[in-house]
Amino acid sequence: MISALHIENLALQRGEKVLFRGVHFRVVAGEAMALTGPNGAGKTSLLRAVAGFIRPVSGRVVFEGADGPLPVDDARRAGCHLVGHQDGLKASRRAGDELIFQVRWCGGDSASALAAAEHMGLTRLLSLEVRVLSEGQRRRLALVRLIASPRPLWLLDEPLAPLDAASRSLFGAVMTRHLAGGGLIVAAVHDPLPLPARMVDISA
Amino acid sequence: MSVLTALLRRELALAWARGGGALLAVGFFVAATVMLPLALGPAPERLAAVSGGVTWVVLALASLLSLDRMFERDFEDGALDLLALGPLPLEMVSAAKCLAQWTVNGAPLAASAPFVAVALGARLTTAPMIFAAAALGGVAFAFLGGTGAALALASRRGGVLIAVVVLPLLTPPVIFGGAAVANFTAGLPWATAITLLAAYALACVALTPFAMAAACRNAQS
Amino acid sequence: MFSALANPLRFMAFSRWAAPLLGVLATGLIGSGLWLGLNAPPDYQQGETVKIMFIHVPAAWTSMLAYACLGGASFVSLVFRHALADAAAKAVAPLGAAFTAIALITGSLWGRPMWGAWWVWGDARLVSVLVLLLLFVGYMALRASIDDEARGARAAEILALVGLINLPIVKFSVEWWNTLHQGESIMRAGGSTLAPVYLTPLLLAGAGYAAAFGALWLERIRAEVWRRRATSLALRAALA
Repeated sequence: MISALHIENLALQRGEKVLFRGVHFRVVAGEAMALTGPNGAGKTSLLRAVAGFIRPVSGRVVFEGADGPLPVDDARRAGCHLVGHQDGLKASRRAGDELIFQVRWCGGDSASALAAAEHMGLTRLLSLEVRVLSEGQRRRLALVRLIASPRPLWLLDEPLAPLDAASRSLFGAVMTRHLAGGGLIVAAVHDPLPLPARMVDISA
Repeated sequence: MSVLTALLRRELALAWARGGGALLAVGFFVAATVMLPLALGPAPERLAAVSGGVTWVVLALASLLSLDRMFERDFEDGALDLLALGPLPLEMVSAAKCLAQWTVNGAPLAASAPFVAVALGARLTTAPMIFAAAALGGVAFAFLGGTGAALALASRRGGVLIAVVVLPLLTPPVIFGGAAVANFTAGLPWATAITLLAAYALACVALTPFAMAAACRNAQS
Repeated sequence: MFSALANPLRFMAFSRWAAPLLGVLATGLIGSGLWLGLNAPPDYQQGETVKIMFIHVPAAWTSMLAYACLGGASFVSLVFRHALADAAAKAVAPLGAAFTAIALITGSLWGRPMWGAWWVWGDARLVSVLVLLLLFVGYMALRASIDDEARGARAAEILALVGLINLPIVKFSVEWWNTLHQGESIMRAGGSTLAPVYLTPLLLAGAGYAAAFGALWLERIRAEVWRRRATSLALRAALA
């Protein structure tokens, strides 16, 4: 699947405002890239542009496989996880049902979903409705699908913000394991990630 | 269980919303129809003459009002992004949502329509045709209404905007369905009308998902 | 020719002389059409009132032309992502709605002396034009209610195309509906055959309306292009 992500001279615009120009970097398997910059610099928009939701004004997003560039739509729909500020969990549904749907949708199955939930310490929460979970618990639940349905490229938007210290180190270990297995991580952050990562400042 | 089945189950569960969904649609349907005799007076011949048409129109309105949150729910909490990055294209996701909408709202409305029409004075023998027209028309209403709902996503304004956008597009199914019921009631040939309605509904199912997916992508950009 | 016009600068240069020219052409055509029509002998059934058709029918034709243009401009904008095509689509909608309104009002005025009713549901063309007005209104409402200009433009484009594909079916269904209720509907005097003495002025008026539509559309696109430039400059000054 995806062995490298290449951002070539990307420029993004929202309405009349140019967010950034000339962003250029390459992430290969086993690497993590941290996107830094002030609020409003366009970190979230860059992640969404990689995921295909925003069309860049100029430049390209290239997904490279073992034999060269991959078809962009397939790479996105089968090879990317996007975890943004929102978790997509419906308040009125049971946490377990929502989790299993999200995992299934991304290519896993209920067994891997439950195992991953166990790993993140969420098993006892699965029978509750999503509305009663705290923000940190919801974020951890949203991150479970990263483990349960393996996909090479993780696009994370401030993934650790609502998590406590214990959960942060737990997820840090998850990220390290992902990279060790040949995965790629691109994360928009304000604080440093709990693992070695290259940094690129978008506003520069 | 395939991914499509999982998606359909989830859409059905969300549309059902613990029974609130269908109850609201049918509730509005009955409540609005009650207005007619209150406005027109109780004379049975007058009510019976318009019973088929009025039932049909109020059915269309009830269908429109209940599809407000179809896409908005997922758009607001980021689930639409997740759905867009999955194994099925957004076109199929949209079609699944409309199908769930029709199952949860359209089918109960179609089932209530004969009762409402008979209460207004339609003959009992017309009940099967009213149900058939309402069921088929409901498919068109669900898919065209879904198109309106997807288009209105970017405006964050549902309800009336969707109705204003969608109502003129509903002209063909309203005409075909109304004609089927009217002809059946009058003993005239009704086969053409119901066939046209079915053909139109099928065309909606085949074509509108593309518009819905394009509208969703526009709202996500 | 259209690809040459796609360049905004060339379009502005072109429309600067084309719009007034079309305006003059329109005046000439409509003027001669109306003169010929008003001087033609009165209809044996409807008398002089039939002559309102020279205002009503071309307006109805132009309203449908306008929607076709809306669909075409929307298609070009959607597929080729062309800002000028989007400006053209935005500009044509109120214009089309205006022609539709003219057609409906004159249609109503035509019906009143003949059949005593201010509105005639039995006229398939009139009902089709009414649905067309609703389509224009829906387009404008959608566009106006989306704050983000780019998103509003795209959503409206999709709607215009859905409407365009649906429009032949709408027309067919209304005409079919009319034939169903034949007994209750009112046939227009003259029906499908039009006396030749009326045909020429009608065609002249029709061509004139199309020219007028073209002139007004070009002017509206120019106004939209200027508006966008002004907004863009103001925004850039504010953000600088």
